[in-house]
Amino acid sequence: MVAYIIRRLLSVIPITIGVILITFFVFRVVGGNPAYRIAGKNATPARIAQISHERGYDKPLFVNFHEFPRHVFDAQFPQLVWHLVRFDFGQSIVTKERVSTMLREGAGPSLCVTTPLFLIELFLGVGLALLAAYYRNTWIDRGLVLLSVMGMSISSLVYIMLAQYWLASVWRLFPVWGFESPCYLILPVLVGVIAGVGGELRFYRTVMLDEMYQDYVRTARAKGVSSRTILFRHVLRNALIPILTNVIIAIPFLYTGALLLENFFGIPGLGRLTVMALFNFDDDVVFATTFIGSILFVLFNALTDIAYTWADPRIRLK
Amino acid sequence: MTTVTKEPGLLTTSPSPEGLWALAWRQLRRNRVAMICLAILCVYTATWVYAEGVYWTAKIRGTVPDYKISHYEIRNLAPNAGHPLGTNFAGRDNLKQLIQGTRIAFEIGLLTSVIVIPLGFVLGALAGYFGGKLDGIIVYLFSVVASVPDILLIMSIAYVTRAAVERSVAMQSVTRYIDAGLLAICIGMGFTGWVGLCRIIRGEYLKHRERQYVLAARALGANHGAIMFRHILPNVSHLVIINFSLRFPGLILTEVVLSYLGIGIANEPSWGTIINDAKQRLWLGNWWELAGATLAIFFLVLALNLFGDALRDALDPKLRIAEAKTA
Repeated sequence: MVAYIIRRLLSVIPITIGVILITFFVFRVVGGNPAYRIAGKNATPARIAQISHERGYDKPLFVNFHEFPRHVFDAQFPQLVWHLVRFDFGQSIVTKERVSTMLREGAGPSLCVTTPLFLIELFLGVGLALLAAYYRNTWIDRGLVLLSVMGMSISSLVYIMLAQYWLASVWRLFPVWGFESPCYLILPVLVGVIAGVGGELRFYRTVMLDEMYQDYVRTARAKGVSSRTILFRHVLRNALIPILTNVIIAIPFLYTGALLLENFFGIPGLGRLTVMALFNFDDDVVFATTFIGSILFVLFNALTDIAYTWADPRIRLK
Repeated sequence: MTTVTKEPGLLTTSPSPEGLWALAWRQLRRNRVAMICLAILCVYTATWVYAEGVYWTAKIRGTVPDYKISHYEIRNLAPNAGHPLGTNFAGRDNLKQLIQGTRIAFEIGLLTSVIVIPLGFVLGALAGYFGGKLDGIIVYLFSVVASVPDILLIMSIAYVTRAAVERSVAMQSVTRYIDAGLLAICIGMGFTGWVGLCRIIRGEYLKHRERQYVLAARALGANHGAIMFRHILPNVSHLVIINFSLRFPGLILTEVVLSYLGIGIANEPSWGTIINDAKQRLWLGNWWELAGATLAIFFLVLALNLFGDALRDALDPKLRIAEAKTA
């Protein structure tokens, strides 16, 4: 067990390096020298050379053969990996702030939105799924499924616009934009829940129905256990594994923030930070957020596997 | 030896791929919701073909197409007989814009699939069929791609490739026919979307390579390529169609988000850009522009979702058994 956990945690390393490689490939190889983008359209060659030199863009991409063998790794990619693994994220091009400070400041607002959103969506989703599974193949079940598919078919952008227009602007129930007091959070959370709960409901309903047709349910029914007890005592407990997976996998995204919601409601979180950085070619910030987002994702993925053994003793890890 | 498989007696005992499709079609026809969805999809497909006609006619004649001509004297009109959905900020007919949006949506679906299906299928097949080191490498590859938050990766790829496409001279012959923004988001969505298909196909090939018909083919001396693509492929090809019909709605909704963020299509009226434009008019009380675009997306995505589910139920025999058990 301990050996498995250690091995599983070690597998985080190659995946993370792969993620850095992809991001690096996209931004430095496909995108070309970032100095051109930073300097703008009317930059002189001297200015570009200066930026390239300052930020190390004039170095080779992967291996430095000019300085062989003493400074072989004095190239862009090895340097980037070296900085990231020490959690040294560098400096923003636009604001000249330390990226680590920006990440710290953005995490709070992001969590303020995503945590309530996540919890409400989870409980609402599981609750409605239990309802649908209990009344399966009746109009309650069909109505819930149809409603959730219909809800999923409307662009989340439209939900945001309608909420901002009707609830915030016409009826003046909530503030439209900003992040000053808790009541600025109600609208984004509400919109997020409405846009997301349909998918959750459908997923959890499938999970419950899968369990519904297992042999142990038939046995329980044969010995006269009531439908309600079957649902809550037997099915829900066995459905815990997929629910647990879904929950743990979602946790890293709490940190990366709700990209759309933050942009639309003016919440200064990490989602907004990332989008802004992308548009400003602030690649230190993009590398940092992608790195942290994916390292969390991979770590929590490993945790899910470990949590399986706790939820289901039948699973033995080798 | 090879003639053995061609004996009619053997063919009738084993279900042929036609049998699966015929069976699935019979089950689909009984499903009233699926049939309504199919009708809706046919209407959209006809609209798409019409829109392509309008677009290419103008392109070949070298004229500005009707939907792009501005009429500032009739801008922001309410719905009326001549313009059933009103006109937009430049006096262009909203309905014509939506019809062109249908074209863009289908083009996105097709162009993305041109990347997703070969990449996902071939890598999945190789990984599942050969196993071992190759499998390890491919699994590593898709784990890495899956570890980057989806929308972030799509945005990064689309944003960077668009700049690269616009810069390169060689790509100009392509961008003359396909909008650079459209190409960029399709590349972005294509290189992130193959993971799902690859996982499914890998699992299927893992299962099928142990089946008796594969062992028989191998015993008869068929090479790996023939086994993978002539023997196993017909047995898993339905998964590609299911995957496509369930992935397509996601692509349409992602395009809307990308266009809002300014990464999408610039010179053509896509549903995303229409919604984005309609946002400003909503504050003036012009709700029909937003409603039109929302409904156009809504019906296509809903029909695809429901039809995709029905198709999966009809084509996946395992699920059919599970359903039968409930009765």
